[in-house]
Amino acid sequence: MKSVADILKEIRPEFDFTPNNDFIADGMLDSFDVVTLVAALDKSFGVSIDGVDIVPENFRSLQTIEALLRKYGVRP
Amino acid sequence: MNFTFRRKRVSGILAVVPANERSFLEEMRNFNFPEARSLKLKEVMGYDRHRLVEPGVCVSDLATFGMDYLFKNGLLHRDEIDALILVTQSPDHFMPPTSNVIQGRLGLKRDMFCMDINQGCAGFVIGLIQAFLLLEQESIRKVVLINADVLSRRTSPKDRNSYPLVGDAASIAVVERDAEDSVIHANLKMDGARNEVLMIPAGGFRLPSTPQTAVLEDVGDNNLRAKDHLRMDGSAVFNFVQVDVPPLIESLLAFAGVSMDSVNYFLCHQPNRFMIQKLADKMKVPYAKMPSNVVEHFGNSSGVTIPVAIAFNLADQLRQCHLQVCLVGFGVGLTWSSMLMRLGQLSFCEMVDYH
Repeated sequence: MKSVADILKEIRPEFDFTPNNDFIADGMLDSFDVVTLVAALDKSFGVSIDGVDIVPENFRSLQTIEALLRKYGVRP
Repeated sequence: MNFTFRRKRVSGILAVVPANERSFLEEMRNFNFPEARSLKLKEVMGYDRHRLVEPGVCVSDLATFGMDYLFKNGLLHRDEIDALILVTQSPDHFMPPTSNVIQGRLGLKRDMFCMDINQGCAGFVIGLIQAFLLLEQESIRKVVLINADVLSRRTSPKDRNSYPLVGDAASIAVVERDAEDSVIHANLKMDGARNEVLMIPAGGFRLPSTPQTAVLEDVGDNNLRAKDHLRMDGSAVFNFVQVDVPPLIESLLAFAGVSMDSVNYFLCHQPNRFMIQKLADKMKVPYAKMPSNVVEHFGNSSGVTIPVAIAFNLADQLRQCHLQVCLVGFGVGLTWSSMLMRLGQLSFCEMVDYH
């Protein structure tokens, strides 16, 4: 199974998604990248992330994305 | 706000789409994005093809084309139309009302009611509510509801947030009294505090169009757009739909005393496939009961996506039998509205190309 970091790298290969970045504030993910990421996470982990959870705060870092997945019972 | 209408029905639906079809793959190079990213987006959002009017084509052109088609084929007669409602955000002129322009071009009788409604993606449901209200009058027996928009003409071709999904179209729904004791339930909410989420900033009296408002500006995410163009806060719209629309539908079904399972189709406005599928997931509605294929074939034509979805997906069924459908519109205003009705035995339900 792909890791969250692998999925992020597929979407924006030009960036290094290290734990120290704020992916949204630093311009590494725009709103359409977030949509692409959600679709990839849904598919890879067999979940459907609720629309109300698709807000920038949940996609700022690896930690916040992984915390979101844990809410859906996924252990990333 | 809840509504109940008795002995009213939709008796026919025609969708009119421009013959001019453009593909996302052709237009991709207009956007300042790597091809790989655009292709991923294509897959997720359902971008593929969309129908756009040629330069100079206006709402009244699409509308009169569709009406002439109905007249020529004996599906509607001029003299029986007592009211014409046009729902559009892209009128031919600020004044006169485009509904009057259509009335004049078609040579309809003078003893009738014409009105324009400035509404967008909730416009089909809003228009039906208005049509049903008019039918309460003894003098009004048949209402033509036209939804039409040519918003591609006010969308920046270099705005990847909006241009790939926009589509132009018109629809004509004939609304009349029902001989059967039918009941239609609807509800409606509006929130003008969020009016700037979807707007065309320039071109009205608040900010008239000038050479400056036509200048393309970098609005972030590598998108270029002018103040004369449609502006959409995609994240805010998405959040609005996911938070506000499900309770609207649940409230309507409770009001009508109908279970989710007994609805054959949830026919939602279609901004993009991703948003509709997320809505379906949230409401636990199978994708087959909530079609999301309009944007990939025709584009998002604002208030016309619901009738386009009906004509594209359900025409054969609706000419022969009845279906319990829940119509759901949401968008500019902000406005969100839903309607539960038994739809079917239509005298016509089809789609034609505008040339």
